[in-house]
Amino acid sequence: MFFSLFSELSVSPLFHLSLTILAYLIGLAIYRRAGMTPLLNPVLIAIVIVVSVLLLAGISYRAYFLGAQFLHFLLGPATVALAVPLYRHFGKVRKAAIAILVSLLTGSAVAASSAVGIAWALGGSEQSYLSLAPKSVTAPVAMGITEVLGGSPSLTAVLVIITGIIGAVLGPYVLNLVGVKSWAARGLAIGTASHGIGTARALQVNEEAGAFSGLAMGLNALFTAILLPIVWYLIF
Amino acid sequence: MALLGLPIPGPVVGMALLFVGLLVHGAIPEGLSGVANGLLGNLSLLFVPVGAGILVHAALLKREIVPIAVAIVLSTLIAIAVTGVLMQWLSKRLDDASHEEQV
Repeated sequence: MFFSLFSELSVSPLFHLSLTILAYLIGLAIYRRAGMTPLLNPVLIAIVIVVSVLLLAGISYRAYFLGAQFLHFLLGPATVALAVPLYRHFGKVRKAAIAILVSLLTGSAVAASSAVGIAWALGGSEQSYLSLAPKSVTAPVAMGITEVLGGSPSLTAVLVIITGIIGAVLGPYVLNLVGVKSWAARGLAIGTASHGIGTARALQVNEEAGAFSGLAMGLNALFTAILLPIVWYLIF
Repeated sequence: MALLGLPIPGPVVGMALLFVGLLVHGAIPEGLSGVANGLLGNLSLLFVPVGAGILVHAALLKREIVPIAVAIVLSTLIAIAVTGVLMQWLSKRLDDASHEEQV
């Protein structure tokens, strides 16, 4: 009886939505209890929980996504909302406009070219390095770019999320290692390389870092969407 | 944007438009600030559905674990270091330069 109830529940969109939110709350609770260490990233914990439940209950990803897509849809409005912290810190952003543009374009080029180069050198397939090229760009944008290049949008989305988690988890340590102390520079670096997941982490630590991270994420999405397909066609 | 044939996604255009709107308006309306804080305060949650898609690509990721993992980790960390160092150095330099002009 329990199983029939469970299979009944597991096809309901509400179950998939609740599962996602519950997994996130557990991830957040663990993250907070551990003193917000970047190592216990709440997105990472939530994804591990969701994937485990789907595997254990034999629910297909397609069925799950159908229920959870409402949250995915909110990524659009959330990206638009990044204009708010950006506006709040516009004074600082305007003062550093040249530094921001030069650092961002360099960082963005380094992220894309080194990812493709390393994957190619280590024998990755064409599909994987095509899908790796826009990996530092926020998911909805990256999926659009990969489609233009001829890669797999859903694979790109997964690589984008992994990139975001790596940047949010290890980025703060790298920045400490190379002596980057200013909140503006820390935020800009995290946002350029690890988009929204890095920005989510930056917003939790310092609002100025969050504003610069959100700005970097938005500008990187804009520049990469315009430049990457052009550069790609020139090279290949 | 489809008109221009560029894959610039709606949300990024929306962010730019809202930013321009705020500049024109000159303040953040209360209702907007509440919605924005709610969305951005739980931004991490919104990445979970797409992230769970790792299930679908498990076979490819397993087959190419070395090139993909090394590419993601190294390129992300190098990009963070380069961007952060450059930004800190440039903003300090440009700041010093503008102070000298004033003197």
